[in-house]
Amino acid sequence: MSAPTVMNPAGFEVVETDRRLLRWTIYIGYAALVAGVFHGLAQALAYAKVDILQFFPGLRGYYQGLTAHGVANVLTFTFAFANGFLPLMTARALGRQLVRGLLWASFASLLIGNVLTIFAVTTNRASVLFTSYAPLQAHWTYYLGLALVVVSTWLAFANMAITLRAWRRDHRGARIPLLAHVSVASYGMWTLASIPVAVLFLGILLPWSLGLVAKTDPLLDRTLFWFTGHPIVYAWLLPAYVSWYCLIPRQVGGKLISDSLARLTFILFLLLSIPTGIHHQFTDPGISEAVKRVHLIMTFGVVIPSFATAFSILAALEMGGRARGGTGILGWIRALPWGDPSVAAQLLAMITFVFGGMTGLINASYSMNQVVHNTTWLPGHFHMTVGSAVALTFMGVAYWLIPYLTGRGLWSRGLALASSWLYTIGLLIFSRGMISAGLAGMPRRIFRVAATYDSPAWDLGGKLTAIGGTLMFFAIMMFFVDIGMTIAAGRRGAHPVDVPFAETLHAPATSGWQVKLDRLGWWVVVAIALIVIAYGPFLLTYVPRMVSPGYRLF
Amino acid sequence: MRIEALERGFLVVSVILLVASLGALVYAVSARGAHLPGHVAQVDPALLAQTPPFDQPGVRQTGPDTYEAVVIARTWAFSPNEIHVPAGAEVTFLITSGDVIHGFFIEGTRINVMVIPGQVTRVTYRFTRAGEHLLICHEYCGIGHHTMGGKVVVQ
Repeated sequence: MSAPTVMNPAGFEVVETDRRLLRWTIYIGYAALVAGVFHGLAQALAYAKVDILQFFPGLRGYYQGLTAHGVANVLTFTFAFANGFLPLMTARALGRQLVRGLLWASFASLLIGNVLTIFAVTTNRASVLFTSYAPLQAHWTYYLGLALVVVSTWLAFANMAITLRAWRRDHRGARIPLLAHVSVASYGMWTLASIPVAVLFLGILLPWSLGLVAKTDPLLDRTLFWFTGHPIVYAWLLPAYVSWYCLIPRQVGGKLISDSLARLTFILFLLLSIPTGIHHQFTDPGISEAVKRVHLIMTFGVVIPSFATAFSILAALEMGGRARGGTGILGWIRALPWGDPSVAAQLLAMITFVFGGMTGLINASYSMNQVVHNTTWLPGHFHMTVGSAVALTFMGVAYWLIPYLTGRGLWSRGLALASSWLYTIGLLIFSRGMISAGLAGMPRRIFRVAATYDSPAWDLGGKLTAIGGTLMFFAIMMFFVDIGMTIAAGRRGAHPVDVPFAETLHAPATSGWQVKLDRLGWWVVVAIALIVIAYGPFLLTYVPRMVSPGYRLF
Repeated sequence: MRIEALERGFLVVSVILLVASLGALVYAVSARGAHLPGHVAQVDPALLAQTPPFDQPGVRQTGPDTYEAVVIARTWAFSPNEIHVPAGAEVTFLITSGDVIHGFFIEGTRINVMVIPGQVTRVTYRFTRAGEHLLICHEYCGIGHHTMGGKVVVQ
């Protein structure tokens, strides 16, 4: 007996005032995506020694643009989208309106945070890259602005948690609808994971940048950054997983095979995303090898929910493809609705993510990391994760979500399909270039045009990076035109009237261990215990050394 | 049901893969001596001129075929910026920063470490063949980051 992943499958609408707030939150995200890729183009071309920075009025340097690219594309884009998407999914799943005051507060916090950050970055007061490594020191508006972006995510989570709590009071003993469970678990993980970076920005870097504190400890700051900086990649990814688990099966005409496996996967991400951050610091001094090995083991644990996801999603896709008349071992793939731009974008995102996952395992591997650390291999890797699995999925979601929220049909299906394919082809060329050049030792984050060192072994990789990056840029511009025209001139009434939520093959169990998957608060306690195991030994024994004044070298 | 058997089988395979990967890493660490930087020492970046061994950056011989290379990273050069070592020698690098975070990456080798103010990074490597390697700062350190490079000459 199949069961819907939402409370009232017949229909439920979020009230228009709230929809408008969610819509504008998401618009901020897509605007940031588009704004950020201009310098992405400049970077890709710079790796082939082509300099187009002169065409950027007001830009004072390569690293200012690189900071803007990182902040806009992995912080603002991702979190603005999630701030709109996850509460909307929670409300739809529970059949319950959100708390309007919190919607306003979250939107305002996101907006003000972005205004402050944009001020700091565009005036070249914060060219510290999104990693914000002290003792490079940005203007205080940068730290406060980004902290407000984090606060906006907490307010979005609070909204979801309060709505869920109210629902549970009215439905004692009932299983949480799956779409709400995975949405709340995703942002619950992020809320827990983001506390260290909030402490870093508000408690350490903000007073330091204001001159209230003279010196800081770079290793401690870096450790707090990566404490949040690894789980942040799962905070980007999990909203995409929400779409893959709970929406895509419906969009392709299939069903999700296992309710319990889906819930278990998100609980495992809640547990395993955070106690792993020190694998970003394998090559750091001052952290013992024993601590690094504990984080290594926890990192590899993420293999389990990742493989479970591969299984669940592929099974749902195959079921859909066969229901649509696909036959044979692989014939179901052809039978999937590739003409639906929302589906095509997300299928392509999944394909590129396979390579993103494999390269990620190499990064996390203790010894192989020494070969690739801080080379262009890394951007090659993460453009196949956050730059495709996440970005392309969020674009794919836009093709139904923006029409759903605006009441206007998608402006051009063909342009959307062309954008997704062009982006994927560009991405694969780009990443092939970055990965091969990285293996040949090309460092990341350098302005190759003006570098005082170079190697002919980087030339082919650099050129492929430029070609692929250019295609990716034009694909994003096509996305921008399509979504912009949809908002401005899409045909009224030609929009989906409901969220395309999926069904599961079986109704969720009402007894047994599966029921415990709904005890989210209890799982947060387990997550905290794992964090204490992973970070306790380092943080309890490390004596901070306040040795570094701020440097503004940009 | 068939799908549930497949699901279980797939999860078993993923657990086997996980155990095998971790096993390979245990082998790399215990049998092949793969090491990462760890605790070495802490220094005050403002007092490097008075702190041995950083008061005298450079390469010195410490045994029949062992050398120690003491390097300070500062915006935007290494001191020394050109490191000469004989082929076949085992070189232990001791590196620290005089200002911001830098990287220390010798292209074509596995020497790829972070240099953090206040901390000493140690890494050991045996250069087997004569030749030149690029020495690159691969962590963003300000507007002149891409000019921070030197070379290692193996003679």
